[in-house]
Amino acid sequence: MSTVTFKVFRGDRSGGELKDYTVEVQEGMVVLDAIHQIQAEQAPDLACRWNCKAGKCGSCGAEVNGKPTLMCMTRLDTIDTSKPVTVRPMKTFPVIRDLATDVKWNYEANKKIKPFTPAPNTDWIMYQEDVDRVQEFRKCIECFLCQNVCHVLREHDEKTGFIGPRLLVRTASLEMHPLDVENRLDMLKNEGGIGYCNITKCCTEVCPEHIHITDNAIIPLKERVVDEYYDPVLGFFRRLFGSKKRAEPSGQAADD
Amino acid sequence: MESYTVHDYDVLVIGAGGAGLRAAIAAIEKGARVGVVTKSLLGKAHTVMAEGGMAAAMGNVRPEDNWKVHFRDTLKGGGMLNNWKMVENYTKEAPDRVRELEQWGAVFDRTPDGKINQRNFGGHSYPRLAHVGDRTGLELIRTLQDHAVKMGIHAHMETTIYRLLTDAGRVVGALGFNRQTGEFLVFRAKAVVLATGGLGRIYQITSNSWECTGDGFSLASMVGADLIDMEFIQFHPTGMVWPPSVMGILVTEGVRGEGGVLKNSEGKRFMFDNVPERYKGEFAETEEEAERWLQGDRSARRPPELLTRDVVARAIRKEVNEGRGSPHGGAYLDIASRRPADYIKKKLPSMYHQFMKLGNLDITKEPMEVGPTCHYVMGGVRVDPDTQATNVPGLYAAGEVAGGLHGANRLGGNSLSDLVVFGRRAGMAAAEYAAQQTGSLQVDEAQVRAYIAEALQPFNNPQGENPFALMKELRATMQKNAGIMREEGELKAQLEILANLKKRAWNTSVSGSRAYNPGWHTALDMRLMVEISEAVVLAALARKESRGGHARLDYPDPDPTFAKLNHIIRRNSDGTLSVVAEPLPEMPEEMRKVAEAKDLKELSEKVGA
Ligand SMILES: Cc1cc2nc3c(=O)[nH]c(=O)nc-3n(C[C@H](O)[C@H](O)[C@H](O)COP(=O)(O)OP(=O)(O)OC[C@H]3O[C@@H](n4cnc5c(N)ncnc54)[C@H](O)[C@@H]3O)c2cc1C
Ligand code: SF4
Ligand code: SF4
Ligand code: FES
Repeated sequence: MSTVTFKVFRGDRSGGELKDYTVEVQEGMVVLDAIHQIQAEQAPDLACRWNCKAGKCGSCGAEVNGKPTLMCMTRLDTIDTSKPVTVRPMKTFPVIRDLATDVKWNYEANKKIKPFTPAPNTDWIMYQEDVDRVQEFRKCIECFLCQNVCHVLREHDEKTGFIGPRLLVRTASLEMHPLDVENRLDMLKNEGGIGYCNITKCCTEVCPEHIHITDNAIIPLKERVVDEYYDPVLGFFRRLFGSKKRAEPSGQAADD
Repeated sequence: MESYTVHDYDVLVIGAGGAGLRAAIAAIEKGARVGVVTKSLLGKAHTVMAEGGMAAAMGNVRPEDNWKVHFRDTLKGGGMLNNWKMVENYTKEAPDRVRELEQWGAVFDRTPDGKINQRNFGGHSYPRLAHVGDRTGLELIRTLQDHAVKMGIHAHMETTIYRLLTDAGRVVGALGFNRQTGEFLVFRAKAVVLATGGLGRIYQITSNSWECTGDGFSLASMVGADLIDMEFIQFHPTGMVWPPSVMGILVTEGVRGEGGVLKNSEGKRFMFDNVPERYKGEFAETEEEAERWLQGDRSARRPPELLTRDVVARAIRKEVNEGRGSPHGGAYLDIASRRPADYIKKKLPSMYHQFMKLGNLDITKEPMEVGPTCHYVMGGVRVDPDTQATNVPGLYAAGEVAGGLHGANRLGGNSLSDLVVFGRRAGMAAAEYAAQQTGSLQVDEAQVRAYIAEALQPFNNPQGENPFALMKELRATMQKNAGIMREEGELKAQLEILANLKKRAWNTSVSGSRAYNPGWHTALDMRLMVEISEAVVLAALARKESRGGHARLDYPDPDPTFAKLNHIIRRNSDGTLSVVAEPLPEMPEEMRKVAEAKDLKELSEKVGA
């Protein structure tokens, strides 16, 4: 057993500060355990959101030593605990209190995406190889860590004209569903703002579900949009890497 | 004076797990104005954690499967205490509910001919679980969430219901508070559907999420609704046992469904020696036969690792008690030596991930260490098998909070389909009931004021106790005295502990503001948790036999007298609880034949299933 200092953000929308807490840590502990221990023993009003403690619900996203992560899946023995560990809320969303942020915006923006619309009179036969890539997108646990790191939302605070990587993934899961017949390209280009994405891939790096957000979802969507409209960023990437750079080709891909 | 806002609905659904969302959709379809309340954000309810799959006799993998076989399996697994009519409704409707999810956008794993694939699970005679890898709950909840949003659902996220409101003996709404701000809300509703899930958090070692504090059982019981069979708690045989901080996290039964085997410290597959009398002849008797079954040989019988959960959990307990456990007090669950690494990663991705991240263990290379964890409650609010109505007018219940379907033990996979079958039925019935109510609803202002004052009391009680410490005490003592193995002395001791905790639950102290204050939330949860713990212990004391999820050291065998009885847990006018034994509802002759068929052969010969 050893003692670790945690610097935890305490405050609300109007501001706050890091407060020090020392925690006795045991083998196998994750960051969320430490937060719970602080709650139980030192600061009963320390707010944090969690549900499953098993990486399945996507509730407990925070920035641990500056790194956006699920607190319940971050073992203390994977971070340097010889120095104080800072835990801050996700920066992109307004703080409700302490580590809990107001992620309501994501639920609102989601309404821009037209729902699943199956072809009429389908026989519902789908083959595994055709659903594999949609299943990848459907693994999303809505932790919003990708939304949190995307610079378009984080630094530029472009929350009206851009739906962010999570919702691009959701759009991809619908667009690439073998039996869906709806067209969401106009939304992507306009309210969805897919053109804002300049493929930095920061979103992919933080995704706890290891969804290839950029390669498998965003770039193929951009290509579909390009076929209808023009997207300067994708044009640039295509010139740079050739279109091979994009995701696994599949029967449904839009072009070449 | 404390202010509050008022919302009016035809149907108020409490809970946004699978049952709540499906109920909301059904009620909206019937034209009702529907509000949904959930303690967490939309899409995060406990249902999201479900892994292995949802059972429905679709016959996609084995055409011989049909609702009658599912009916028999469910009753047999439930120790015959199930409400037969619920089981009939359930097994007949489950396939349609699964197909409907697909039509709303769910993407299940496929068979080679492009249909929804189905996997094996304990107690099911055929591969029957529609699944998506090991994240079926996520698929279910996301699909229902998307569909509900499409239908214009009105959700109050991060809102806790503190009490149901009644007028002249019927439920007319609920009082709650917004967790983010601490503001109070009054919901006036013609009908209320409880879909609040389970109570796993009353135990120390559990697979359940924080929300599962058993609120719905207590809320219902406090307004006079009967509970049924609360002694039956399912301890899932395979929870993680190491490291300590992840103790209890679930290891899906899908691991065994995909061929994983259980071994003790001597390397022996001990389940072959643990086949109970009632299952004799239905399971493989040698490793060689089990292997052939796995390879698809239809003349072979299934491996004993696929016995029901109560049986497997107790067998693991026995190995550990007799000194043949793994280093951290569990048994070994081995898939590594049975399946290629790629296959494991494809079929059990989150298990792979979970052990890698939390346990530093590669399940494609090494066996896991597993042990029993509190997982599910079979008992619950007593409901009508067709409408899910409780005995209190205006109150309905569906999902894990409702009792009756699973009897003494639930088969894996039988919950997710329960949620959608009975969520739909509850939503429809509640909307119909609401449509018949005329005149305006009377909410008793004084009642509301009194509840608000009572809920805020911990802020004005500086000498009170730390609610977290109290909750820890409750969970530890329930684990010790009313856990997987029970005995009269310990149960009685627990009743006294609970009497004491009950008083202390009303004397807690919290500090800080009301906005997102976990200490306050815990203080209020405790008040409901002690109530439901008491119901569990009282029912466990009354059942002097071992059956399904209820195991008594002092009455180790099933008793034919108790085989015919349900326990009704009823609130007396002075607020205390009593347990009344009632004979099971009479099963018609033709259903009895199905339920009691000795084996599948007899089932197909005698009743044409
Ligand atoms: C790890 C795990 C894996 C599982 N895997 C499977 C599986 O593979 N197959 C299967 O069939 N079953 C499985 N189960 C069981 C199944 O997941 C649950 O029984 C089921 O999800 C319960 O759903 P529900 O809709 O009844 O309630 P829940 O999903 O628990 O939802 C309850 C809802 O009620 C709300 N609520 C509760 N109290 C209040 C209150 N006071 N005020 C306001 N809202 C409230 C909560 O916020 C939540 O929204 C699994 C369970 C676990 C723990
Ligand atoms: S790749 Fe696009 S969506 Fe992802 S973080 Fe970068 S800009 Fe944002
Ligand atoms: S795509 Fe990945 S990072 Fe983004 S919300 Fe989903 S799970 Fe989280
Ligand atoms: S608590 Fe569910 S993902 Fe961390």
